Amino acid sequence: MKLLFTQGPSITARLVVFVLASVVLMTVDHRQQTLDTVRTGLSVLMYPLQFLIDLPSTAGGWLQESVSTRRNLQEENARLRAQYLLQQARLQKLDALEAENRRLRELLDSSFKAGDRVLIAELMSVDFDPYRHQVLLNKGERDGVFVGQPLLDAYGVMGQIAQVTPFTATAILITDPAHAIPVQVNRNGVRGILVGTGSLAEVSLPNITNSADIRVGDLLVTSGLGGRFPPGYPVAQVTSVSGDSGHAFAEIGARPLSHLDRSREVLLVWPPTPSEPPAPVTTDEPLPEPEPGAASAPASAPASTPATTPPPAAAPETSPPTAPAAPITAPPAIPEDEE
Amino acid sequence: MNTLAQRHGGGAIYITLLLALLLVNLPLPEGLRALRPDWVLMVLIYWAMALPHRVGVGIAWLLGLFTDVLTGMLLGQHALAYSVVIFLTLKLHQRLRLHPLWQQSLSILTLLALSQLLLLWINGMIGRPVHSWLYWLPSLLGALLWPLVFLLLRGVRRTFRVL
Repeated sequence: MKLLFTQGPSITARLVVFVLASVVLMTVDHRQQTLDTVRTGLSVLMYPLQFLIDLPSTAGGWLQESVSTRRNLQEENARLRAQYLLQQARLQKLDALEAENRRLRELLDSSFKAGDRVLIAELMSVDFDPYRHQVLLNKGERDGVFVGQPLLDAYGVMGQIAQVTPFTATAILITDPAHAIPVQVNRNGVRGILVGTGSLAEVSLPNITNSADIRVGDLLVTSGLGGRFPPGYPVAQVTSVSGDSGHAFAEIGARPLSHLDRSREVLLVWPPTPSEPPAPVTTDEPLPEPEPGAASAPASAPASTPATTPPPAAAPETSPPTAPAAPITAPPAIPEDEE
Repeated sequence: MNTLAQRHGGGAIYITLLLALLLVNLPLPEGLRALRPDWVLMVLIYWAMALPHRVGVGIAWLLGLFTDVLTGMLLGQHALAYSVVIFLTLKLHQRLRLHPLWQQSLSILTLLALSQLLLLWINGMIGRPVHSWLYWLPSLLGALLWPLVFLLLRGVRRTFRVL
């Protein structure tokens, strides 16, 4: 039996209540962070749905791997091995450069930064609103992910984490109009802030004056200012500089380097924490990584000549690599301790 | 709550709503993403039209909240839009049911467009305006697909004798 609708006045009252509740929720969610626990709770509730949606692609990937012929797997194995070997060789050079950088920084008495810790995550095949550039990761609070953590892929910076739940995390991409990342030009260090435009293929650098030295093809890397993103990671490449001298600022367009819509494996990075500056008197601070002896020789030779008073036995070339050269500000009478 | 109404087959309603929620996030090719119709709203409209004493503004609000979480929008955005649209549906449901299917599609177009308009206003207010006219395509597509949704859900309702 179908009843005629008899709840006339009360649904209007209900609507008013729900509209007011929605307005309150939206205002609080937009202005403050207090609703994050509610959102996290709801996200955890929705997680089975998202897991279900991602299941076909994960299952498809697993199936593809399982039925792959042995020859395919062997070829892929060989190819990956070769790539790994190449990367290892490059890493060695990077280690040497990092060590040299650290030593030079110590000479200048500035703080040096520890190495970056990374976590590999996978993007879940879940589409958010097409006008918001957000992605869902399969690592969450349980794995140490935190809000504001930088997200990279193999080619460049992708964005940062916006929300975490125990099992997943939502990240906002650099192409979202509400995202900004401090960058600098790799060639000459000109600094700016890169904002998203809403298009996956373009980001822009507003507020750069017409006289700044930026050209098409310049590589933009993170500058590390703001403490969120570690410095030196590639972000985008400049594609257009329209310096209309009638306007005060140039219009600079750039192309993001990371494969925003194609990457599936991504990296989460812990920003480096600056250690305390080395005390000017002690010179025997052990460094966390061993330095190749050959690299330390050219770097410390020019450094030791100004500080000529330490005994010649303190020649860094012959010592095990862990001893830094004496800072220039050290009083000459302090002997250098070798390890 | 009207205690005289019989209630049966509520599970079917919730399962259809769950399936609609699954479709919210289903991965689509890049070009089709902007065309995704609002399945959750269409399913809600159907059940509000067919069974107004079971699906009301409250359920619409809750589903809107779930959709907000699934799409990464402000909490309460879809909740507001869905509450208003379902309120209108409840007010007009008797008239809507009498229309032939193609005429219902026109009304559905208006309702879906209203929901999109509310979302657009809120997005504009928080500083995320959408400038593309493609934004309205989901409403159009939803209205075109409405007869399909209607027939499908009517089939479900009759099969499971949902009251």
